[in-house]
Amino acid sequence: MTAYLRAAANVLVHVPDLVRYGSKPWRETIRNDHAPSEVFTDLRPFGEAVDYAPNQAFIGNLPPENLGEIQAPWYENPSAGASPMGVFGEILPQGSFYALLEAADQFGLIMLDRGRFVPDAVGSESAAALLDINQPTKEYGQEDISGRIERGEALPLFQDGNLVGCASRDHDADESLDARILLENLSAKASGAYALSRLLTQEGIAPEQVEYVISCSEEAVGDRYNRGGGNLAKAIAEMAGCVNAAGVDVKSFCAAPVYALVHAAALIEAGVVGNAVVVGGGSMAKLGMKAYFHLEKGMPVLEDVLGGVAFFLTGDADAGPRVNLAIAGRHAAGRPSTPQGLAEALVRDPLARAGRKIASVDKYAVELHNPEIMLPAGAGDVAAANYRMLAALAVMGGEIAREEIPGFVETHGMPGFAPTQGHIPAGVPFLGHALERMRTGRLGSTMVVAKGSLFLGRMSRQADGASVLIEA
Amino acid sequence: MDLENQAAIKSIVDEIGSENLMVVLGMPGEGLRLAVETLTTGDPSWAGPLAGVSLGLPVYHILEEKVRAQVPEEVYAEKLLMMEMVLDLPQIESDLASMRAAG
Amino acid sequence: MFKGKKVIALGERDGVPGPLIAECLEAAGAEVVFEKTECFV
Repeated sequence: MTAYLRAAANVLVHVPDLVRYGSKPWRETIRNDHAPSEVFTDLRPFGEAVDYAPNQAFIGNLPPENLGEIQAPWYENPSAGASPMGVFGEILPQGSFYALLEAADQFGLIMLDRGRFVPDAVGSESAAALLDINQPTKEYGQEDISGRIERGEALPLFQDGNLVGCASRDHDADESLDARILLENLSAKASGAYALSRLLTQEGIAPEQVEYVISCSEEAVGDRYNRGGGNLAKAIAEMAGCVNAAGVDVKSFCAAPVYALVHAAALIEAGVVGNAVVVGGGSMAKLGMKAYFHLEKGMPVLEDVLGGVAFFLTGDADAGPRVNLAIAGRHAAGRPSTPQGLAEALVRDPLARAGRKIASVDKYAVELHNPEIMLPAGAGDVAAANYRMLAALAVMGGEIAREEIPGFVETHGMPGFAPTQGHIPAGVPFLGHALERMRTGRLGSTMVVAKGSLFLGRMSRQADGASVLIEA
Repeated sequence: MDLENQAAIKSIVDEIGSENLMVVLGMPGEGLRLAVETLTTGDPSWAGPLAGVSLGLPVYHILEEKVRAQVPEEVYAEKLLMMEMVLDLPQIESDLASMRAAG
Repeated sequence: MFKGKKVIALGERDGVPGPLIAECLEAAGAEVVFEKTECFV
């Protein structure tokens, strides 16, 4: 049995009023003794987030390569008249997302004041489908909400400067069930389910048909006895109406989406399941991560969106390009955790084992972080550095001359276009573009390559990574 | 520069002094500029433990010509040679030269 | 230049990571007293 990639969906959720609950903004808010209502009150409106060219590339309305032709800074040169509905994705406004958060909650954690909360006119069929399946059972008023906030049990939720709801903790002494942690987890669940719903709507797949869901989201779901215990996958499957799907989480920091694709394809090849979905929800903790650098430079706060991705893999022949498990790279524990060590293990070696050259892959999908977000914070252009490393490997292998590095990067690479949402930029946002191009014969193969910073968790100094070839 | 790293470096300097101590960095671009500034004149973002602290440490980049020359050839060839093709070496040299000239 | 010196090695995930800087400097005779890799993603 062979596994095929049938469909991909990329979603963004514009949440300017959750930026204050990102890890970095929240730390600064506490340190400076500010109230949540006083910080990050004036971020860009929904229309600007929609018109932002990298976001248009993310939902499939613009080839990422075209970003190279748009005058930088991209935020000053919007795609006028752009649509929040994309070829393989969409952008959701905050009001609709609050409704999804409420729908995602089964424990009375998210309270919306029906007198004040204004749900956006949901133009999204995918979001509407989730609201149909998950209807709130209880209604709350302003008193319930302000009481919880005043007692320090909940974080306020704002909309256009008004208090419209709150997100509660569920235990007074369990840090894992703290209000901000639960809001983080619910945000990952709701945005993941939204991506999955978009995938199914877009492809006309009934939720009941899905057999297995693997989540590659980064959040640690669990209480104090099992922090990070997980299985956000099953929660997402349930929310999206995938009643016949089992699920499990796969984690390895930003490399998880590629592991998840490999695991899903392997389960199909082994005949365990006939199809599987890989889903990744957004990371609230990373909202506004570099906001202070952006503000210092007079830029808008660009980290105001949650990302979500979903992929449908199936054993049905010719449903799409094949996931070639014979060319899947892994980085063993004994290998050096350097950019070179990773590139050799993830790209050079698996290709060489199959007798193929680096330049034989048409497009590499490396970590596609939007450079406009990264550079002001002192981070390099992650995508460009990764492409130059692959080109350098091709030089070392005698495939190309040193002078041909820029040409290799141009041909086999692309500018980064994904929001800095950790695992979301991990190569996979290109797959929607790849599927479109493969369907029309404009692309033969793409290798997805992602890396993870294991050292951040302090359990090992290693980095990690995973890769897999997808070809028509 | 990362706030925890700032705190760690500050405590090292407090403990062992700065006379025999130097810093070698590995990042390019704006990150290099921010790190050099933080470790010499203080954290320019005024957010970290090194805000207003002028450590005045000698700061180098691992791929600077004079630093590279100190690394044994076989180690260099195995570990660093390829990074020459990935990072912009002339840019790193000129960034450091202008920062040092500015004092 | 590095013999007998104490060195702080501060690398970056997509540049030269900390452990790699430390390894090269130790080979050059330095004593590495602190080594870290920054990650911006």
